[in-house]
Amino acid sequence: MTTSRPAGNTTGTTSGTTPETTPGTTARPTEWPLWEVFVRSRRGLSHSHAGSLHAPDAEMALRNARDLYTRRSEGVSIWVVPSAQITASSPDEKDAFFEPAGDKPYRHPTFYEIPDGVHHL
Amino acid sequence: MTTIAPEDTALEAVFDATVAADERIEPRDWMPDAYRSSLVRQIAQHAHSEIIGMQPEANWITRAPSLRRKAILMAKVQDEAGHGLYLYSAAETLGTSRDELLDKLHSGRQKYSSIFNYPTLTWADVGAIGWLVDGAAITNQVPLCRCSYGPYARAMVRVCKEESFHQRQGYELLLTLSRGTEAQHAMAQDAVDRWWWPSLMMFGPPDDESAHSAQSMAWKIKRHSNDELRQRFVDICVPQAEALGLTLPDPDLTWNEERGHWDFGPIDWAEFREVLKGNGPCNEERITRRRRAHEDGAWVREAAAAHAAKQREATR
Amino acid sequence: MNATVTPALPLGDDALILSHRLGEWAGHAPVLEEEVALANIALDLLGQARILLSMAGDEDELAYLREERQFRNLQLVEQPNGDFAHTIARQLYFSTYQELLFNQLAADESELTPLAAKAVKEVAYHRDHAEQWTLRLGDGTDESHARMQRALDALWRFTGELFEPVAGLDVPWSALRSDWTASITTILDRATLTVPEGPQHSAWTAGAGRQGLHTEPFGRMLAEMQHLHRSHPGATW
Repeated sequence: MTTSRPAGNTTGTTSGTTPETTPGTTARPTEWPLWEVFVRSRRGLSHSHAGSLHAPDAEMALRNARDLYTRRSEGVSIWVVPSAQITASSPDEKDAFFEPAGDKPYRHPTFYEIPDGVHHL
Repeated sequence: MTTIAPEDTALEAVFDATVAADERIEPRDWMPDAYRSSLVRQIAQHAHSEIIGMQPEANWITRAPSLRRKAILMAKVQDEAGHGLYLYSAAETLGTSRDELLDKLHSGRQKYSSIFNYPTLTWADVGAIGWLVDGAAITNQVPLCRCSYGPYARAMVRVCKEESFHQRQGYELLLTLSRGTEAQHAMAQDAVDRWWWPSLMMFGPPDDESAHSAQSMAWKIKRHSNDELRQRFVDICVPQAEALGLTLPDPDLTWNEERGHWDFGPIDWAEFREVLKGNGPCNEERITRRRRAHEDGAWVREAAAAHAAKQREATR
Repeated sequence: MNATVTPALPLGDDALILSHRLGEWAGHAPVLEEEVALANIALDLLGQARILLSMAGDEDELAYLREERQFRNLQLVEQPNGDFAHTIARQLYFSTYQELLFNQLAADESELTPLAAKAVKEVAYHRDHAEQWTLRLGDGTDESHARMQRALDALWRFTGELFEPVAGLDVPWSALRSDWTASITTILDRATLTVPEGPQHSAWTAGAGRQGLHTEPFGRMLAEMQHLHRSHPGATW
């Protein structure tokens, strides 16, 4: 079975584990690798994560993604990325990663006071 | 059971606080072993149900009586494959591969919903499955869209969105039969008679006998109790059956003014347990066919993997 | 059955019958992802069939109430699924043909032009799917190579019929044939497979499917497909 301690605990942010996969997933001979699928739902929007699937290679991953994630016309463009290629930040370091940004309100427009009647600013 | 290290207590507190705040647990977060294994069990069973559930309906694809119905049924069975796939992916985020899960299904170590061990004897069964079985599934699944585990909740949002046509096509199919010839009407009634009780069993054992319920509720994997959902389903179905011009096979079905719900007769839990144990009408066929599809496909999966390896070698 | 004599009928029958065969894969595919892919192709073909048959008459009457000898589909598309290699070989032969034919029809001005213009995009994907798998099975393992070659060889004798003229279609059939052969040769070469050498017809069946003469498995397939509809004459579904 799995452990309750993701590898991120010991190896930090460069552990190479994917955001959606924990270690312990070892591919067996007939099991194809896992891919993450990103779909642009219409022009003008960025690609967003739709889900994952198995495929033997990138070409088939794209086709499988087309069949699975856009069969109700949900997309105009697809990216596929081997899940193993994604480097993710570790949830245990979220304080170090994300908290320092919290005390810099001067990065936000609402920090500044502008007199009434001044427009286009 | 693993011993709890001091830092785990702190991690557990973070986990508990996240769940309590109705936020989602994500794959790389710390989680209690039992939460993880409980989720794997539930998501896997759900995924297995989707792919085994293809069989009773696929049984009628080649005999669908109109091309319109044939297209609908093929699209529906295809969706079930897709839903299985979303759910296996969700389970994989917990560190279990799809192959491992399929192994457990094939060797009987993990279960799928018992409902699919009943046979589809007539075309009307396709309608009854859509209306009752998918109806019960949706009643169960809608709350899962708010499940505490992020990937499962997200998969369920997609599943529920796509499934909205499944129940409607079943209802429409039955309605057409019910208003059709005498033989068609009888076919529809017979199907409802056979699928009604097994559908009620889909919500699982009564609350006081349900092994996993309390903990799952505390972890917000489950949001409502089995009996609560079952009652909700019965209340929804009674007026729908009336509109169909069909009856539900329960002489005890009566409106209870005081409760504001429909009372219904006792469920035959002995039958439920028998089917669960493997003695249902189709347990053997379903799992044999699944196993055969997997084994027959092994050379194809191997071939594609071998080809990919050759390509990598060539571009090195 | 008084179906108007229109080329929509044979083309509609091709799509209907192949869609049915692909539908038989439901629940049997080698991997879940392929389950979804095969169903997509089957649904595309069924959509084409419904439009084409509706041009020739009532889609359900045509599908469910004709006798075997009234069907005008190619014998190739009625062949049983066999293993996955047989299904892919059938897909490769047929979708390559259908893409060339529909491209031709899309460029002309006829009643079939709108359908062909829409379907040709679907068919291009079907051909791509078949080619991708031909490459992987041909140049995969020894076993997959042998199976794929066997399948190509076994279905080869049904390919001559693809180029028999269809009444009502103004198509340069011999050019279509050489384009088809070139395309198949290229992909089989890449897949380390050999273009079969045997005859492309059996002894007495030249153009047979198009004339209503079918192979043994077809009767059983139709019996299954039609029995429910025929058991309730006049019923609505």
